[in-house]
Amino acid sequence: MTTPLVSATGLTKVFEVGSSGLFGLRKPASLRAVDEVSLTINAGETLGLVGESGCGKSTLGRLLLRLIEPTAGRIAFDGSDITGLGRSAMRAVRRSMQIVFQDPYGALNPRMSVEDIIAEPLLIHGAKPGAETRRKVTEMLGKVGLPARALDRFPHEFSGGQRQRIGIARALVLHPRLIVCDEAVSALDVSVQAQIVNLLQDLQREMGLTYLFIAHDLSVVRHISDRVAVMYLGKVVEIADKRTIYSAPLHPYTRALIAAVPAQHPAQRSRGRRERIAGDIPSALNPPSGCRFHTRCPHVMAVCRERAPVLTEPAPGHQVACHLIEAPQA
Amino acid sequence: MKLLEVRDLTTAFMTGRGEVNAIEEVSFSLEEGQILGIVGESGSGKSVTALTVMGLLPRPPARIAAGQVLFGGRDLTKLSEREMQAVRGPGISMIFQEPMTSLNPVFSIGDQIMETIAAHERLPQAELRRRAIAMLDKVGIPSAARRLDDYPHQMSGGQRQRVMIAMALACNPKLLIADEPTTALDVTIQAQILDLLMDLRDEFGMGIVIITHNMGVIAETADRVMVMYAGRVIEEAPVATIFDRPLHPYTRGLLECVPSLTEDRARLVAIPGTLPEPARRPPGCRFAPRCLHAEPACGTAIPLLETLEPAHSAACFRARELASP
Ligand SMILES: Nc1ncnc2c1ncn2[C@@H]1O[C@H](COP(=O)(O)OP(=O)(O)OP(=O)(O)O)[C@@H](O)[C@H]1O
Ligand SMILES: Nc1ncnc2c1ncn2[C@@H]1O[C@H](COP(=O)(O)OP(=O)(O)OP(=O)(O)O)[C@@H](O)[C@H]1O
Ligand code: SF4
Ligand code: SF4
Ligand SMILES: [Mg+2]
Ligand SMILES: [Mg+2]
Repeated sequence: MTTPLVSATGLTKVFEVGSSGLFGLRKPASLRAVDEVSLTINAGETLGLVGESGCGKSTLGRLLLRLIEPTAGRIAFDGSDITGLGRSAMRAVRRSMQIVFQDPYGALNPRMSVEDIIAEPLLIHGAKPGAETRRKVTEMLGKVGLPARALDRFPHEFSGGQRQRIGIARALVLHPRLIVCDEAVSALDVSVQAQIVNLLQDLQREMGLTYLFIAHDLSVVRHISDRVAVMYLGKVVEIADKRTIYSAPLHPYTRALIAAVPAQHPAQRSRGRRERIAGDIPSALNPPSGCRFHTRCPHVMAVCRERAPVLTEPAPGHQVACHLIEAPQA
Repeated sequence: MKLLEVRDLTTAFMTGRGEVNAIEEVSFSLEEGQILGIVGESGSGKSVTALTVMGLLPRPPARIAAGQVLFGGRDLTKLSEREMQAVRGPGISMIFQEPMTSLNPVFSIGDQIMETIAAHERLPQAELRRRAIAMLDKVGIPSAARRLDDYPHQMSGGQRQRVMIAMALACNPKLLIADEPTTALDVTIQAQILDLLMDLRDEFGMGIVIITHNMGVIAETADRVMVMYAGRVIEEAPVATIFDRPLHPYTRGLLECVPSLTEDRARLVAIPGTLPEPARRPPGCRFAPRCLHAEPACGTAIPLLETLEPAHSAACFRARELASP
């Protein structure tokens, strides 16, 4: 039996935002960025997280690390509830969970040398500057494939891929157990993206890491993940192991998302052959009633507009939230 | 019939390190109704190629150091800015890489489309409005008449991209250049926009150049493909040939490093290293430092684009030898 390293139960984040209405009047509104999400990430696995822009992927990632506070719900890390931990107790847990961002340019302080950038988390967690810290930094630099002479250089002297390596070294220097990769390879050219994906997989094996891998590129997610979760407007609509979700997806949104991925060969062109979903993702400020996908779903039924489907498990390990699935096959 | 023919185009920029060629000896042509895909990694020269054709690079710092852009029987590189303005719109129009920079936030989208039409045709206001609505309708903006007075920030990313396409098509161009038209969009919206571009091609028979770094977008849309690397064209062929029998090691690498949507692979085949900046390009073959097949001779001269089989050319000294089993 696999043990979850992270488990979220009913996790919800509501942002209070001012919306500009007619005539510039501003009235506050609530935006449910993440809505009652329950999922687990097993130790040593990679859970992929996909969905259209604004569906709540980054918010969920930040909630799991408690970089932002949930409005409701609970988070357990390595078997203990961390939802209510105070500052100092959380600090100890935080060593074990790190995040790597998309933007290798914005995420690194341009005035700090590579050595200072990578050493910073060590120093924050009580290490003293000196030979031992330097040794750890150099070792980490080697692990991500950068030469020791990079230590004294500054971020602008590196290419995008190299900067992403520096960001990964910084995230790994405390030997964490969980890494949230939030679009960590999305801004890179494909040839460099492949280098970084390989690096992340090597490091996972070597250091026993667990990843939450957030990305919008579905083929990269398939490659790196063990299981994949699909989000739509704050809700997880389907979770399954990657082969199932790509070859036999059950949720109409998952199917539409996969059908929209461009062909990998001109002989498989999709135009006119694959089902398309029309329209844009609705505003999260005013989400549709019932099933949030009903405004775009090709299989919408009357019940879908009234009642939100709940996540059910039609096959072991395969969870889906859709009335088509929920309804018993009579 | 040839719609556009670019011959040996070299565009240089004056930089702090002296003059560097952003693109070099770029040649390609396009037929009416054809879609040419230009693919390459960031900095390979795709946008500079497009902007040179459009005559939109500020000179200086840019300079067309050599070459011709033949369109409608004229060399566009020789035209004055006034003459070029008449070509842009009804002749060639472009969808730019940064959607927010080409839509003006302080004007309604209707005003922007009408202004584009009015720049080339004298029409009464009511007719301009009718044309603008028809254009928005054509690109799939629902309730176009009502959305005409909306401002760009009131639209989603996908809708803004549709508006950009509407603006580019407002003067019925013969050639449309779309620079990364879907890069910032979700795959669901990307699929809609690519379908739209191909529908418009079928309906109006215009030629389209689609610039992308995404091999999937190429597979979905292109008839012919041109691969660029470090400012040079390194391979050109019909789309099926590029995917089935690429001849240049870089093209092969580009295809191999994309993970599969259907098959499990233990490891991705990455291309080592990164694309060099223009001022730091190696001598000889620019791909040599990253090429698994490089030989000492590869560093001595730049391999030129050579036709190796009908309609298929590549720029690699060892292409023939590597292709034979
Ligand atoms: N700090 C915030 N204040 C108000 N609203 C926010 C905040 N952060 C995120 N949101 C909103 O919450 C929703 C989810 O945002 P989030 O960034 O998690 O989406 P995402 O899936 O990561 O999108 P992307 O793919 O574009 O990164 C969006 O509607 C976003 O506008
Ligand atoms: N105004 C400029 N001044 C100096 N160099 C420039 C200028 N514009 C572009 N370049 C250089 O020309 C080269 C080609 O740039 P270009 O924008 O055409 O690349 P691209 O293939 O479109 O890349 P991307 O995929 O990132 O859009 C780059 O090395 C770039 O730095
Ligand atoms: S619940 Fe209804 S609207 Fe929602 S995905 Fe299923 S069929 Fe479509
Ligand atoms: S010319 Fe040489 S270095 Fe360049 S691509 Fe061909 S084999 Fe590789
Ligand atoms: Mg995000
Ligand atoms: Mg560009």
